[in-house]
Parts: sequence; structure tokens; C-alpha cells
Amino acid sequence: MSGLFTQVFFAALLFGAVTAAIPLLLAGLGEQMSEKGGVLNIGIEGMMAAGAYAGFVAAFQTGSLWAGFAAGAGAGLAVGAVMAILCVRIGLNQIVIGIALTLGLQGLTALLHHIQFSRTYPRLPAVETLRIPWLADLPVVGRAMFDQHPIVYLSVALVGVMAYVYRRTQLGLNLQAAGDKPAALDVAGVDVLRTRTVGVLVCGALAGLGGAFLANVGAGLFVPFLTGGAGFIGIVLAMLARGRPIWVLFGALLFGASLSLTTALQVGGINMPTDVIQMLPFAAVMLMLVIFGRHAGLPAAFGLPYTRGER
Amino acid sequence: MSAGTDPVTDDLAADAPAASGGFLGEALHIAFLTVVPILAALVVTGLILLAVGVDPIRYYGFVVERGLLSPSGRQQTLTRMAPLLFIAAGLIVAFRSGLWNLGGDGQFLLGAVAAAALAPLLITMLPGWLTLIACFAAATLVAMVWSLLPALLRAYQGVNEIITTLMMSFLGVSLANVLVKLVFLDPGTTVPQTRTLAVAERLPRLWDTTVTSGLLFGLAAIILVHLMMTRTGFGLKLRMVGANPRAAIHAGLDMPLLTVAVFALSAGLIGMGGAVDIVGIQGNVRADWNPAYGLAVIPMVFLARMNGFAAIGFVFLLSMLWIGGESAARRIGVPHHFTMVLVAVVLIMLALAEWLDHRFRQRRKV
Repeated sequence: MSGLFTQVFFAALLFGAVTAAIPLLLAGLGEQMSEKGGVLNIGIEGMMAAGAYAGFVAAFQTGSLWAGFAAGAGAGLAVGAVMAILCVRIGLNQIVIGIALTLGLQGLTALLHHIQFSRTYPRLPAVETLRIPWLADLPVVGRAMFDQHPIVYLSVALVGVMAYVYRRTQLGLNLQAAGDKPAALDVAGVDVLRTRTVGVLVCGALAGLGGAFLANVGAGLFVPFLTGGAGFIGIVLAMLARGRPIWVLFGALLFGASLSLTTALQVGGINMPTDVIQMLPFAAVMLMLVIFGRHAGLPAAFGLPYTRGER
Repeated sequence: MSAGTDPVTDDLAADAPAASGGFLGEALHIAFLTVVPILAALVVTGLILLAVGVDPIRYYGFVVERGLLSPSGRQQTLTRMAPLLFIAAGLIVAFRSGLWNLGGDGQFLLGAVAAAALAPLLITMLPGWLTLIACFAAATLVAMVWSLLPALLRAYQGVNEIITTLMMSFLGVSLANVLVKLVFLDPGTTVPQTRTLAVAERLPRLWDTTVTSGLLFGLAAIILVHLMMTRTGFGLKLRMVGANPRAAIHAGLDMPLLTVAVFALSAGLIGMGGAVDIVGIQGNVRADWNPAYGLAVIPMVFLARMNGFAAIGFVFLLSMLWIGGESAARRIGVPHHFTMVLVAVVLIMLALAEWLDHRFRQRRKV
């Protein structure tokens, strides 16, 4: 066993963990904002699928990863707008619309991919990283943390931005109120629907960006159903984090680590059925829920559409 | 859309009061509210097909021809209905009780693996009918056990069941794969799959068709569930839990017990769906087999407004679209994922129609 736990093994494990964690982090942060405002977004899986497809096609056509990320975020934003109109403005059932968006967009992206590429799966060129001098040369952690695409650094920085928004800004307070007591926010003269719409739109854009990252950096190609439950993991992360962005980051890294354990073990020369390892993160979450379940905090008005004057 | 009751069921639950027009008028109204969204969805998805360069009339004509009109297609459609009906029955129990069991895929697959592991083993010792019963029982039990953790967490800790059932579903799908690849692997073949139950020993076929008699069990299950939910005291209790949990507690109902019972019933029925798919249709479980029926049946249950009889019709429709769509994928080149797009658009159109109707009624009242 001594041969297994080498530097190479840990470096590969950590690099994979960070790469796998970023889409989960983006999805979780987005879902967190949406949930703070009281909107359960089950359509996030579909938003990621849309972002992955749009991001891949844009990057493939233009040759620029940044164009891909922009397109992915844009696609996610567009789906978020649909969700905002249906679930916030009109007040339709969030679970029904969420399931519809997830089903529909997974199917639609598979359809579009089939029409465009038939059965071929072209790859994008290797990702150009932004190497941070000195730090990138550190053993084990260097490549994983300091030799990544700039979007990785930006995503991690977003955790701080989100924490600041929730703690220090009017928008953060409004979101909190929109989730806890929308009527009070309404009385205070703030537009509840607009506040929630912001949450859903940000969630859509971040989920789309996460999807684009998954396709362009994580896999380097698009296949139908590429997201494979990443959006649902984002929902879980947001619920477990109880409104704290930093916990989304920790959770994403935990999930990312267990997702990358498979590849890392293969590098280390051990063959284990991938299914066993894929169970780890979910088992970890269930264990956490059993231990900390009582404290799972969700906004009081979670999942409820707001209509002025209704009780 | 009264925000005071349970947030999730009140939009779509059968709560439309017969304000005027009597029973027939109400039935016509609901039929209208169902048919119009489906037509609207066909138009929207037809436009999508046009946009990608496929003639929608040819496509839908082909789907109906292959899924409904041709004898072999019709028999496949009816056969596919058997597991779907069990899943729909399980979802109706949960949704009517206001609990979101979104873990159908894991429960279904584990039930299927339990049946597939037992059937070839027991058939050597027991008479055929007893083997089949044992398989059903095992699948039901395994699926029930798999729903126990979300049920207990929900009942005693108030943990949101959406995330726990989803988690257990992912876990269950992986566990089913592990079991197939490591424990119940058929040593006789190179394909990773469980031992196969011979065709002669599976559930008998109906008359001289290829339709499995599992269809009848599925129909019985969903009708019994419907009658239980609407005609018995137990069903009334469950519906109370769904409509207004606080009032149910106030009325002295044992909420934790009822919650666990709902999950057990719901998961057990879905597990039976897995059993019927194995001992009636497939005969074994292949590695990485996951038909993902769960998520696709959920919209059908919504469309049926959680009514068991209506659900039979919608499951038939889904089954037909599926079989026809798989055929169209081979012939017309539209991937069968397109069926999912159609189902999703129908669902959105239905929700919109309900909302428009709600507003229209309110305006008339004022």
C-alpha cells in the first residue's frame, strides 16, 4: 500500500477534486441565493444542462473558453428568466415547473446535440491555465490550487462576494426577508417579486456557468446528460449550508474529492468499481443529515409563491 | 393558490369545488383543462421539430402508428405500462399525503435487483407461482427499507424529504449496480448481468399476445390505491396530512406513524414495479441499467391530478409516446429524448392552464 499514497496520487486526487468541485460550488451558490429568497429551484439540473450545451457549442465554434462561459451563463440566465416568470411572477408550483425544466432541457440539449453532431463527440483543446508563480510549484497542492483556469479562482472568490452580499448589503437583507416573511418585506415597501426574481436569475446564471465549466473544463466535450445529478447535489449543498456560502465551498470540495477518488485510485493502480466510490458523497450527506438533521434550516416561506393580500 | 395550506399540493390536487354546472359540467371543465394544454404542447413541440428540420406531422404520425396502431407496438405499449402503473400508484400515495417521494428510481432499481437475485434461485426449489410471490414480497420489502431513513428523518427531525429521497435514490442506483456487478453476477455469461429467469417461468402472458399479465397487477394496484385514498378512513387521514399538517396534528393524528406508513406504501409499490419489470418483462438486471422511469412518471401523476383512473390514461399515453419515440429514433433520426421535451412542455402548459382558469374563476366571482 505504501506505493499508493505518493505525491502523484494526492496531486491527482486534489486536482480532480477541485475541478469536480467548481460546478457543484457554482450550482450550490446559485441555489443558495434562490432558496434564501424562498424559491426552491429543482430546475437547476436543467439550467446546468442548458449551460453545458450552450457553453460547449460557443467554445467549440469560437475557440474561446471565455465565450463558452459567457454563453453558458447566458443560457442559464434565460432558463432562470422562464422560471422567474412562471414561479415568481405567476406563482406556479415550484416543484412541478422545476421537474418540467429539468426533464425538458435534458431532452432538448440531447436533441440539439444529436441534430448538430449526430454521434460524434468532438473535444475542445486542452484548457489554458493561469499559473500563479511560486505557489504553483508547491508540492501536491500546487497544481490543484494555483495552476487552474482563471474561472476557478473567480468561482472561489465568489464565495466571499456572496458572503458579503448576505451580510452587508440591502439585497442580502431583502432576500432573507423575502424567504422568511415576504409580507413584511412588502409592507416595508420593497418589491418581493423583484427580489425573488433577482435570486432566481442569479441562480440560473451561476448554474449555467457551472454547466459550461463541467463541459468545457471538466470533460472537454459535451455528451447528453453530462450533468449527471450535479444540479441535485447543488440543491443538497445549499440546503445543508444553511445560508452560509463558505459551507457550500466545503461541501463542494467534499463531493468533488469523492468524485475524483475513482480516477485517483486508478492512477494509484487500484481498480475498484466506480459505483462504490460514487456512493461515498451521498452516504456522507445522509450521515450528516442523521447527525445534524434537526438543525436543517430553511426559510419560513420556502416554496410558497407570494401573492399580495393573500394569507 | 391559497398560501395557507400545504404549499406544494394545493395547485394541482383535486380541489376544484363544483361551483356551478354540476358534476357533468365539472367533468367537462376538467377534460377541457386537460386537452387544451396537451394540444398547445403538441403545437409548441411541433415548432421545435420544425426548427430542427423534422416534419412534425410525419413524426407524430409515426409515433402513433408505432406506439398505438401497429399490433406489436400496441402490445409493447401495454407491456411497458405494467411497471409504470406501479410507480404511478406509489407516487399518488405520497403526493396526496403531501410528501415528495422523489427517490423512485433508487427504490425501483433495488426492488428490481432483489427480484432478479431471488427469482433464478428460488425457481429451483419452489413452485413457479410461489417464486413470483416471493419476488414481489422481497422487492416490496427492500424498497420499503430504502425509504425508511428519509421517512424517519422527516417524521422525527422534520428534514425535508425532497433532498433525502433524492440522495437515497442516487445511493440506491449505485448500490443496485454494485450488487449486480459484484454479488449477483451471472458467472455463465461475459455480459455483466444477473442470472436470467427463463421466459417460461416469468409472469404469464395475456391470452395469445406478448402483453405481460403484470399489466393486470399494475391496474389493480393503482385502482386499489385510488379507492384507498378516496374511500377509506385511512385514506382520509393521509389526505388530511397532505392538505393541512397542522390541522391533522390538531385532530390527534399520529403524524410520525402516518409519515412512515406513507413512505413505506409509496416505496413498496414502486419496488413492486421493479419486480414486475423483472419477473414479467426483462428476466434479469443488466449492469448500469436504469430506465429512469421515476422522473418521467411524476408529470403523469400531476396531469392526472393524482386521480388513479386518470393516471391510467396518462400512463398509457406516456408508454405509447415512449415506444413510438424509441421507434422513431431508429427510423426518423429524432432521439427518443424528445419524448421528455414533450412531457415537460405538456406539464408547463397544464400549470399555465390551471392558473388561467383560476384567475378566470376568481374574476367571475368578483
